[in-house]
Amino acid sequence: MKLDGRFGRFGGVFAPEILVPALEQLEDAFLEARDDPAFQDELNTLLTKYAGRPTPLTLCRNLGSEKVRIYLKREDLLHGGAHKTNQVLAQGLLAKRMGKTRLIAETGAGQHGVATAMAGALLGLKTQVYMGAKDAARQEINVFRMRLMGAEVIPVEAGSKTLKDAVNEALRDWTASFADTHYLIGTVTGPHPFPLIVREFQRIIGAEARAQCLEETGRLPDAVVACVGGGSNAMGAFADFVEDEGVKLIGVEPAGHGMDTPEHGATLQKGREGILHGARTFVLQDSDGQIEESWSVSAGLDYPAVGPEHAHLRDIGRADYVGATDDEALAAFQTLSRREGIIPAFESAHALAHALKMAKQAEAEGREMTIVVNLSGRGDKDMAQAVQILDFSARAEAAE
Amino acid sequence: MNTRYDSMFARLKDKGEGAFGAFLMLGDPDMETSLKALEALVEAGVDFLEVGIPFSDPIADGPTIQAAAMRALKAGATQAKCFDVLERFRANNPDTPVGVLTYANLALAHGYDQFCDSLAKAGVDSLLLADVPSIEAEAFAEPAAKVGVAPVLIAAGNTPDATLKRIAGISRGYTYCVAREGVTGAETAMRTDHSALMDRLKQAGSAPPVLGFGISKPEHVQSALQSGAAGAISGSAIVSALAAEGIQAAAKLAHALKRATLPQ
Ligand SMILES: Cc1ncc(COP(=O)(O)O)c(C=O)c1O
Repeated sequence: MKLDGRFGRFGGVFAPEILVPALEQLEDAFLEARDDPAFQDELNTLLTKYAGRPTPLTLCRNLGSEKVRIYLKREDLLHGGAHKTNQVLAQGLLAKRMGKTRLIAETGAGQHGVATAMAGALLGLKTQVYMGAKDAARQEINVFRMRLMGAEVIPVEAGSKTLKDAVNEALRDWTASFADTHYLIGTVTGPHPFPLIVREFQRIIGAEARAQCLEETGRLPDAVVACVGGGSNAMGAFADFVEDEGVKLIGVEPAGHGMDTPEHGATLQKGREGILHGARTFVLQDSDGQIEESWSVSAGLDYPAVGPEHAHLRDIGRADYVGATDDEALAAFQTLSRREGIIPAFESAHALAHALKMAKQAEAEGREMTIVVNLSGRGDKDMAQAVQILDFSARAEAAE
Repeated sequence: MNTRYDSMFARLKDKGEGAFGAFLMLGDPDMETSLKALEALVEAGVDFLEVGIPFSDPIADGPTIQAAAMRALKAGATQAKCFDVLERFRANNPDTPVGVLTYANLALAHGYDQFCDSLAKAGVDSLLLADVPSIEAEAFAEPAAKVGVAPVLIAAGNTPDATLKRIAGISRGYTYCVAREGVTGAETAMRTDHSALMDRLKQAGSAPPVLGFGISKPEHVQSALQSGAAGAISGSAIVSALAAEGIQAAAKLAHALKRATLPQ
């Protein structure tokens, strides 16, 4: 390895020895591609002409106030409906650059699987997606989307049959298939160089938002707020602001049924340091070291570990991590829909829920504040679940 | 460091035999059966034992060993119970080398130094962490070696020479060579010729190489030894036999595999 793959004491290369040469090859390919104008050109063309970048920075018209401005970074408008598109296109190009002919991926709710299927279809790469059998059963539409774009969905019957087991299975596949296969991991987790690569390919979110904010307001925002599952949309939003000391970085974890219940996915706040899926990071685990299942109403945040760079940013105090419960997220989901005409993904609604809390407090204290919320995805995928959960007549009144 | 493996390899060399090791998942189906199975395997002639401490997310294991770990955890296996069984095994078996094979998160859960102390106290000879490759191994190797537990590393056919050098510098007792790509399991047989890797390991000055992954038949053991390995390990096949037919079947398979290491 050319780089040490550490973020403070977190990260590293905790993968079977047999995968290390494949990780080295990936690191080499990434470092070369980063300095290769032809690669950057091709990626830029895809991001603009295919995916629809740059995405707008939208000032909320009705939420917030004269003094408290809430800006939304509109990753929901990206082709595919979420920030995931940024990095699957880039990793897909890297896979081709390495001469790989097959992509494998893990998926929880199916968002990353759908994004990978899209990249596979576009770039002519055979695509197989591991999905926990439980998840595949409850996310039929996304399974269909993947199949429609030509990907094969492989239900995982092992372990708890959810996202962490899908990651396990993808890693197992890769130990036998690395010669012709790229593991297109879905977030800033995994062994080095994945957390670095995925962050760099998502960095564009924050880079655009920073420039757009400066142009529109003449100054940097007071805070950037993003939801944290594995942590890719948040790392992408944070990366270009890390050096701007005056800008607060706030990651919002899924507090599920409440931080004091066992049903949440607040890894950075309630987990312990450990090693899972290739990296030293925070992990939800029992006292004996067995991995625990997480819980969130939003499948994309339902993961018992977190990208190692977030563990580091928390450790050095550069970013703060807070929680939003299922109920708070669902309320914010409705608020944005009703007040701004934008239906966010359940995941993004967690970030919004916290931003609304901050706005309320700033208004109460008469403070000026500019908040950038990363609206990581749109809510189309969540409609079936929303119909089931929301008792409209009662909840809509409560949100008024 | 001087380990039970060194005495074992020396003794076998005098007899012209290769070493045969059997793997079991502790707590599958329960702790008492594991203890009896370990003793039956020794009785059947195995030279050394590898035991798994069950982990919920074993990324280097195929379906057979995953299922064994799940059964063990469901039946209430804990680290403390595993150490207890190993300690009881050691009390009656002073010479057979015993290695623990598990994952890094378990080793860190109660503090890594405490984990190593528990291994040493239970009479364990070596520790292999399946998700700690040689570039990460130093921090794990030193505390283990300090309490007399040999750090064992994995080498594979695709491991470059420079890495084999590092492995040779760290791995003690033996070096675990994976006989093919992929995860553990007897569904896919080992590849047959490993002489290139064995030669490269010898060049690098490695501890005796032992071949594992996909070994389920006497001819696999023979071809491992012919390639220049000092021994062979069978895991999934033994675990399957134990799960399907019980201790006697596992012991019988182990006996047949051990016989394949005798001089022809
Ligand atoms: C819209 C959206 N936001 C956020 C996430 C969470 O992932 P990450 O934390 O990697 O951004 C997902 C994952 O599926 C998602 O679909």
